[in-house]
Amino acid sequence: MMSRPVLLFCQLMVAVVGLALWQFLTSVPIFGRILLPPFFFSNPVDVASQIVDWFVRGTIWKHLLITLWESVLAFTIGSVAGVLVGFWFARQPRVAAIFDPYVKMANALPRVVLAPIFTLWLGLGIWSKVALGVTLVFFIVFFNVYQGVKEVSPTVLANGRMLGMSERQLTRHVYWPSALSWMFSSLHTAVGFAVVGAVVGEYLGSAAGLGYLIQQAEGIFDVAAVFAGMFVLSAFVILIDLLVTFVERRLLVWRPDGAGGHG
Amino acid sequence: MDTTKPTAVALDDATVAFRLADNRVYTAVEQASLSVEHGEFVAIVGPTGCGKSTLLNVAAGLLKPASGAVRIFDQPLTGLNKDAGYLFQADALFPWKTAIDNVAIGLEIKGAPRAQALERAQGWLTSVGLGAFAGRYPHMLSGGQRKRVGLAQVLIRDPKILLMDEPFGPLDAQTRQIMGNLLLDLWNADRKAVLFVTHDLEEAIALADRVVIMSAGPGARIIGDWKVPLARPRDISEVRMEREFHALHREIWSVLKDEVMKGYAQSSQAPAEVA
Repeated sequence: MMSRPVLLFCQLMVAVVGLALWQFLTSVPIFGRILLPPFFFSNPVDVASQIVDWFVRGTIWKHLLITLWESVLAFTIGSVAGVLVGFWFARQPRVAAIFDPYVKMANALPRVVLAPIFTLWLGLGIWSKVALGVTLVFFIVFFNVYQGVKEVSPTVLANGRMLGMSERQLTRHVYWPSALSWMFSSLHTAVGFAVVGAVVGEYLGSAAGLGYLIQQAEGIFDVAAVFAGMFVLSAFVILIDLLVTFVERRLLVWRPDGAGGHG
Repeated sequence: MDTTKPTAVALDDATVAFRLADNRVYTAVEQASLSVEHGEFVAIVGPTGCGKSTLLNVAAGLLKPASGAVRIFDQPLTGLNKDAGYLFQADALFPWKTAIDNVAIGLEIKGAPRAQALERAQGWLTSVGLGAFAGRYPHMLSGGQRKRVGLAQVLIRDPKILLMDEPFGPLDAQTRQIMGNLLLDLWNADRKAVLFVTHDLEEAIALADRVVIMSAGPGARIIGDWKVPLARPRDISEVRMEREFHALHREIWSVLKDEVMKGYAQSSQAPAEVA
C-alpha cells in the first residue's frame, strides 16, 4: 500500500479533477456547444457559494437540526424496540414462530409507501418522519439481535450453565451481551437508515429539514441549491458515521477486529 | 485411596444414544461403567469420535444417558452436576469479559461481593501465571493463556470434581507440557477427583492415576483400565523418560492401536455422523 500522505494527496486529486471537469464542461464550449448545460447541471462555483450563503446567513442550521433530531429519535426508538422485540422473540421461540409470517410481510414492504400514511396520521411535523425512520431502523436491529441471541456459542452457554448460572444470570451475562454486540455491529446501517427515513419523509411532505430544502429547490429548478443540499447531506451523514465509529470503538473493545459488520 | 469416602463419579452401564436428522438412532456409547474415586485422576483415551466427550457430558449432567445410572458421591445425578467444574475443549470464555471478570464470575453469580470476587480472581490468575493479564480480553490472549484463564475460572469455584475435555488439544506440544505441569501442581494442592479426556496416550499416562481405554464408535465401549504405577509428584517431561512409562505405553498401545485403525477407517469411509 501507499503511504498516508500519498494516499491523501491522491484522494484530494480525485476531488480536484472531478470539480475542475464539472466546472470546465459547464462553462467552456466544446466545438461550439456546452456539454453540460448549467441550467441542468449548475457548476461547482455556484454550488459552493450557495453552501457558503446558507451557512453565513445561518438558514441551514434550522434544517440541519430538524433532520438531526428526527434521525436521532428514529434511531433511538427503532433500536430500543428492535433490541427488546428481537430479544423476546429469540428467547420465546413460540412467539417468534407465530409472528414469523407477519414480520416477514412487514419487512418485505417498501417503507416509502408508508410515508403518506404516516403524514396522514401524524401530520407534517417531525413525528411522521420519525415513524418512517423507526420502521427502517427497527427491522435491521431486530434481525441482528434475534440472530445474535440465537447464535450464542453453545460452548459458552454450556460453560455458563456449568459455572452455576441460573436462566436469569444466563440472560444477563451471556444472551444480553451477545445481543448487544450484534446490535452494535448493525449500528452503521441503522444510523444510515434513520437518516434515510428522515430525509425521505421530509422530501415527501414537510416544512423543514434537509429533505425539504432539496425538494423546495427542485420545485423552482434551482439546481445549484439541489446539489448544495446533497453535499451538505453527505457531509452530515459522514459526520454521524464518524461519531458511530468512535462510539463503537469504545464499546466493542472486546471484539477481535474492533468492529464486525453484519447488516 | 481413602475408601471411606464415597465414589466421586460412578457411571453404571450408561448407554448414550442420539436421534439423527433422518430419525435413525445413533448409539454413541454403549454400557459404559466407570468410576472415579475421591482424589483420583482418571484419563479416558480413545480414537477420535469414539464418544469420550459424550461420556464426560453425561458425568457433567449436560447429557442424559438413554439407560444406565449416573451417581455423584453416591447420589443419583439429576440435572446438572453441581459438584463439577468443566473445562471445555473449545473456547468457552465469555469474550465480552476481561480475564479477571471471566474468573470472578463464578463467585459473583453465587452472590459474592464484587470486590472480594475480584480479589480472589486476581489470586487465581496469579497462580495460573497470568497475574499481569487481568485486564485483557480473551481475544488478546494466546490459546495457552486462554486455557489458563479457563482453568482459573473453573477452579475458583472449588468444585469437588474436575471434568476436562481435551483441554490442551489445540495447543502446541511445548505449551501442552507446561499446562500439564501447571495442572498437576494445582491438582496436587487439594487432589480433586479428575476425569480427563484426551486422544493422546502419552499425556494420559503422564497425568493420570488410571487410564481408561474406549473402543472406536459407534457404540463405543470401555475396553481397558490400567493403573499408572508412576510416583507423584511428577514432572510431565521427565516422567516420559522412565522405564515404567514406556512399558505401560507399549501395553496400552497394543490394545489402543487396533481401535485407532478402526476409528480411522470409519471416519474415512462413512460421512461424519455425530461428532
